[in-house]
Amino acid sequence: MHDESTRREFFGLAGGAAMLAVTLRPAEATPTMLASAIRNVVGTATVQTGKVKLEIPPLVENGNTVPMTVSVASPMAPEDHVRSIHVFNEKNPQPNIGNFYLGPQAGRAQVSTRIRLADSQKVVAIARLSDGTFWSASVDVVVTLAACTEEVI
Amino acid sequence: MASALINVPAKAKLGDIIEIKTLMSHIMEPGYRRTASGETVPRDIITSFTCRFNGTEVFRADLFPAIAANPFITFFTTATGSGKFEFEWIGDKGFAETTSASIVVE
Repeated sequence: MHDESTRREFFGLAGGAAMLAVTLRPAEATPTMLASAIRNVVGTATVQTGKVKLEIPPLVENGNTVPMTVSVASPMAPEDHVRSIHVFNEKNPQPNIGNFYLGPQAGRAQVSTRIRLADSQKVVAIARLSDGTFWSASVDVVVTLAACTEEVI
Repeated sequence: MASALINVPAKAKLGDIIEIKTLMSHIMEPGYRRTASGETVPRDIITSFTCRFNGTEVFRADLFPAIAANPFITFFTTATGSGKFEFEWIGDKGFAETTSASIVVE
Protein backbone atom coordinates (compact mmCIF):
# COMPACT_ATOMS: atom_id res chain seq x y z
CA MET A 1 0.00 0.00 0.00
CA HIS A 2 2.72 2.36 0.97
CA ASP A 3 4.71 1.32 -2.08
CA GLU A 4 1.71 1.91 -4.29
CA SER A 5 1.23 5.48 -3.13
CA THR A 6 4.92 6.26 -3.59
CA ARG A 7 4.68 4.85 -7.07
CA ARG A 8 1.63 6.96 -7.82
CA GLU A 9 3.28 10.04 -6.37
CA PHE A 10 6.34 9.37 -8.43
CA PHE A 11 4.38 9.16 -11.65
CA GLY A 12 2.37 12.19 -10.68
CA LEU A 13 5.52 14.17 -10.08
CA ALA A 14 7.18 12.84 -13.20
CA GLY A 15 4.13 13.78 -15.25
CA GLY A 16 4.12 17.25 -13.71
CA ALA A 17 7.79 17.69 -14.43
CA ALA A 18 7.28 16.60 -18.03
CA MET A 19 4.44 19.11 -18.42
CA LEU A 20 6.64 21.82 -16.94
CA ALA A 21 9.48 20.92 -19.28
CA VAL A 22 7.15 21.13 -22.26
CA THR A 23 5.82 24.55 -21.28
CA LEU A 24 9.28 25.90 -20.44
CA ARG A 25 10.85 24.76 -23.69
CA PRO A 26 11.54 27.81 -25.87
CA ALA A 27 9.02 28.11 -28.64
CA GLU A 28 10.35 26.94 -31.94
CA ALA A 29 10.01 29.39 -34.80
CA THR A 30 7.24 28.20 -37.04
CA PRO A 31 6.65 28.78 -40.73
CA THR A 32 4.17 31.46 -39.57
CA MET A 33 6.92 33.22 -37.58
CA LEU A 34 9.20 32.97 -40.60
CA ALA A 35 6.51 34.51 -42.79
CA SER A 36 5.87 37.35 -40.34
CA ALA A 37 9.62 38.05 -39.93
CA ILE A 38 9.85 38.32 -43.70
CA ARG A 39 6.76 40.57 -43.76
CA ASN A 40 8.45 42.89 -41.24
CA VAL A 41 11.24 43.44 -43.73
CA VAL A 42 9.47 43.47 -47.07
CA GLY A 43 6.14 45.00 -46.01
CA THR A 44 3.54 44.47 -48.68
CA ALA A 45 6.01 44.09 -51.55
CA THR A 46 6.13 40.82 -53.44
CA VAL A 47 9.30 38.76 -53.15
CA GLN A 48 10.52 37.31 -56.41
CA THR A 49 12.73 34.25 -56.70
CA GLY A 50 16.11 34.75 -58.36
CA LYS A 51 19.19 36.98 -58.45
CA VAL A 52 20.17 35.76 -54.96
CA LYS A 53 22.54 32.86 -54.42
CA LEU A 54 22.59 31.25 -50.98
CA GLU A 55 25.46 28.85 -50.36
CA ILE A 56 25.20 26.53 -47.34
CA PRO A 57 26.38 22.93 -47.18
CA PRO A 58 23.25 20.78 -47.74
CA LEU A 59 24.34 18.33 -45.03
CA VAL A 60 25.66 19.86 -41.81
CA GLU A 61 27.24 17.77 -39.07
CA ASN A 62 27.41 20.49 -36.42
CA GLY A 63 24.64 23.08 -36.32
CA ASN A 64 26.69 25.31 -34.02
CA THR A 65 28.78 26.68 -36.83
CA VAL A 66 27.53 26.50 -40.37
CA PRO A 67 29.34 28.48 -43.07
CA MET A 68 27.01 30.56 -45.20
CA THR A 69 27.59 32.87 -48.17
CA VAL A 70 24.94 35.05 -49.77
CA SER A 71 25.65 36.77 -53.07
CA VAL A 72 23.38 38.80 -55.31
CA ALA A 73 23.76 39.33 -59.05
CA SER A 74 23.94 43.13 -59.22
CA PRO A 75 26.14 45.70 -60.99
CA MET A 76 26.40 47.58 -57.63
CA ALA A 77 26.19 50.91 -59.44
CA PRO A 78 24.71 54.02 -57.77
CA GLU A 79 21.52 53.64 -59.83
CA ASP A 80 21.23 49.85 -59.42
CA HIS A 81 22.59 48.18 -56.31
CA VAL A 82 21.73 45.95 -53.37
CA ARG A 83 20.70 47.91 -50.29
CA SER A 84 20.40 45.06 -47.84
CA ILE A 85 20.43 41.30 -47.44
CA HIS A 86 18.26 39.59 -44.82
CA VAL A 87 18.66 35.96 -43.78
CA PHE A 88 15.94 33.94 -42.05
CA ASN A 89 15.42 30.42 -40.77
CA GLU A 90 12.39 28.27 -40.23
CA LYS A 91 12.99 26.29 -37.03
CA ASN A 92 15.48 28.05 -34.72
CA PRO A 93 13.91 29.57 -31.57
CA GLN A 94 13.65 32.84 -33.49
CA PRO A 95 13.35 33.39 -37.23
CA ASN A 96 16.05 36.04 -37.84
CA ILE A 97 19.67 35.19 -38.59
CA GLY A 98 21.16 38.48 -39.74
CA ASN A 99 20.57 41.71 -41.63
CA PHE A 100 23.41 43.09 -43.75
CA TYR A 101 23.36 46.63 -45.11
CA LEU A 102 25.43 47.41 -48.19
CA GLY A 103 25.66 50.23 -50.67
CA PRO A 104 26.98 50.88 -54.16
CA GLN A 105 30.48 51.29 -52.68
CA ALA A 106 30.52 47.57 -51.82
CA GLY A 107 31.41 46.75 -55.42
CA ARG A 108 30.26 43.18 -54.96
CA ALA A 109 27.07 42.12 -53.21
CA GLN A 110 28.45 39.21 -51.24
CA VAL A 111 28.47 38.49 -47.52
CA SER A 112 29.76 35.45 -45.63
CA THR A 113 29.33 34.45 -42.02
CA ARG A 114 28.82 31.40 -39.81
CA ILE A 115 25.39 30.63 -38.47
CA ARG A 116 23.63 28.31 -36.02
CA LEU A 117 20.89 25.91 -37.00
CA ALA A 118 18.79 24.20 -34.34
CA ASP A 119 17.25 21.64 -36.68
CA SER A 120 17.10 20.46 -40.26
CA GLN A 121 15.27 23.27 -41.96
CA LYS A 122 14.90 25.82 -44.68
CA VAL A 123 17.09 28.95 -44.75
CA VAL A 124 15.87 31.95 -46.73
CA ALA A 125 17.91 34.93 -47.97
CA ILE A 126 16.15 38.06 -49.24
CA ALA A 127 17.86 40.98 -50.98
CA ARG A 128 16.42 44.48 -51.14
CA LEU A 129 17.48 46.31 -54.28
CA SER A 130 17.79 50.07 -54.79
CA ASP A 131 14.70 50.03 -57.04
CA GLY A 132 12.63 48.70 -54.12
CA THR A 133 12.23 45.14 -55.40
CA PHE A 134 12.90 42.07 -53.25
CA TRP A 135 14.57 38.89 -54.49
CA SER A 136 15.06 35.64 -52.62
CA ALA A 137 16.69 32.23 -52.54
CA SER A 138 16.14 29.36 -50.15
CA VAL A 139 18.07 26.23 -49.28
CA ASP A 140 17.04 23.14 -47.34
CA VAL A 141 19.70 22.05 -44.87
CA VAL A 142 19.96 18.76 -43.00
CA VAL A 143 21.54 19.17 -39.55
CA THR A 144 22.89 16.23 -37.54
CA LEU A 145 23.83 17.99 -34.28
CA ALA A 146 21.45 20.79 -33.36
CA ALA A 147 22.53 24.14 -31.91
CA CYS A 148 20.96 26.74 -29.60
CA THR A 149 18.92 24.68 -27.14
CA GLU A 150 21.34 22.07 -25.84
CA GLU A 151 22.09 21.81 -22.12
CA VAL A 152 25.03 23.73 -20.73
CA ILE A 153 27.35 21.46 -18.79
CA MET B 1 39.05 39.78 -23.01
CA ALA B 2 37.63 40.40 -26.37
CA SER B 3 39.91 40.38 -29.33
CA ALA B 4 39.40 40.98 -33.01
CA LEU B 5 41.07 39.61 -36.10
CA ILE B 6 40.86 41.80 -39.19
CA ASN B 7 42.08 41.08 -42.68
CA VAL B 8 42.28 44.13 -44.96
CA PRO B 9 44.73 44.26 -47.87
CA ALA B 10 47.57 46.68 -47.03
CA LYS B 11 47.62 48.02 -50.59
CA ALA B 12 45.12 48.26 -53.44
CA LYS B 13 44.68 50.04 -56.75
CA LEU B 14 42.08 52.78 -57.03
CA GLY B 15 38.74 51.24 -57.91
CA ASP B 16 39.71 47.68 -56.89
CA ILE B 17 37.05 45.64 -55.13
CA ILE B 18 38.63 44.36 -51.93
CA GLU B 19 37.48 41.70 -49.49
CA ILE B 20 37.46 42.45 -45.78
CA LYS B 21 37.36 39.60 -43.27
CA THR B 22 36.54 40.19 -39.62
CA LEU B 23 36.38 37.93 -36.59
CA MET B 24 35.50 39.01 -33.06
CA SER B 25 35.91 36.62 -30.15
CA HIS B 26 32.59 36.42 -28.35
CA ILE B 27 30.52 33.62 -26.78
CA MET B 28 27.28 34.65 -28.58
CA GLU B 29 25.17 32.97 -25.87
CA PRO B 30 21.81 32.59 -27.60
CA GLY B 31 19.67 32.82 -24.44
CA TYR B 32 17.82 29.56 -25.08
CA ARG B 33 20.21 27.13 -23.44
CA ARG B 34 19.64 25.71 -19.97
CA THR B 35 21.90 24.51 -17.21
CA ALA B 36 21.47 21.02 -15.74
CA SER B 37 19.31 22.57 -12.99
CA GLY B 38 16.96 24.01 -15.59
CA GLU B 39 17.82 27.71 -15.43
CA THR B 40 18.00 29.63 -18.66
CA VAL B 41 21.42 31.03 -19.49
CA PRO B 42 20.78 34.72 -20.21
CA ARG B 43 21.34 36.01 -23.71
CA ASP B 44 24.75 37.59 -24.33
CA ILE B 45 25.33 38.35 -28.00
CA ILE B 46 26.81 40.98 -30.28
CA THR B 47 23.85 42.78 -31.82
CA SER B 48 25.53 45.16 -34.23
CA PHE B 49 28.63 45.35 -36.39
CA THR B 50 29.64 48.45 -38.36
CA CYS B 51 32.52 49.18 -40.70
CA ARG B 52 33.36 52.80 -41.59
CA PHE B 53 35.93 54.07 -44.06
CA ASN B 54 37.31 57.52 -43.19
CA GLY B 55 34.20 58.09 -41.11
CA THR B 56 31.62 56.99 -43.68
CA GLU B 57 29.67 53.79 -43.11
CA VAL B 58 30.43 51.18 -45.78
CA PHE B 59 28.92 48.07 -44.21
CA ARG B 60 26.64 47.30 -41.28
CA ALA B 61 25.07 44.15 -39.89
CA ASP B 62 22.40 43.32 -37.29
CA LEU B 63 23.27 40.06 -35.60
CA PHE B 64 20.86 37.63 -33.93
CA PRO B 65 21.40 34.59 -31.68
CA ALA B 66 21.55 32.47 -34.84
CA ILE B 67 25.02 33.85 -35.60
CA ALA B 68 27.68 31.37 -34.46
CA ALA B 69 30.08 32.09 -31.59
CA ASN B 70 33.05 34.31 -32.50
CA PRO B 71 31.19 36.12 -35.28
CA PHE B 72 33.07 35.88 -38.57
CA ILE B 73 31.85 38.30 -41.21
CA THR B 74 33.32 38.95 -44.62
CA PHE B 75 32.18 41.55 -47.12
CA PHE B 76 33.47 43.64 -50.02
CA THR B 77 34.17 47.30 -50.61
CA THR B 78 35.66 49.46 -53.35
CA ALA B 79 39.05 51.06 -52.77
CA THR B 80 38.28 54.77 -53.12
CA GLY B 81 41.46 56.17 -51.58
CA SER B 82 44.00 55.71 -48.82
CA GLY B 83 42.65 55.84 -45.33
CA LYS B 84 41.47 53.98 -42.31
CA PHE B 85 38.77 51.37 -41.85
CA GLU B 86 37.16 51.42 -38.42
CA PHE B 87 35.30 48.41 -37.11
CA GLU B 88 32.84 48.49 -34.25
CA TRP B 89 31.01 45.68 -32.45
CA ILE B 90 28.22 46.43 -29.98
CA GLY B 91 26.38 43.87 -27.89
CA ASP B 92 24.55 42.85 -24.74
CA LYS B 93 25.90 43.61 -21.25
CA GLY B 94 27.60 46.77 -22.49
CA PHE B 95 29.86 44.99 -24.95
CA ALA B 96 31.62 47.53 -27.21
CA GLU B 97 34.85 46.94 -29.09
CA THR B 98 36.55 48.85 -31.85
CA THR B 99 39.58 48.27 -34.00
CA SER B 100 40.96 49.76 -37.18
CA ALA B 101 43.09 48.95 -40.22
CA SER B 102 44.77 51.20 -42.74
CA ILE B 103 44.97 50.83 -46.50
CA VAL B 104 47.22 52.50 -49.05
CA VAL B 105 45.50 53.04 -52.40
CA GLU B 106 47.64 53.82 -55.43
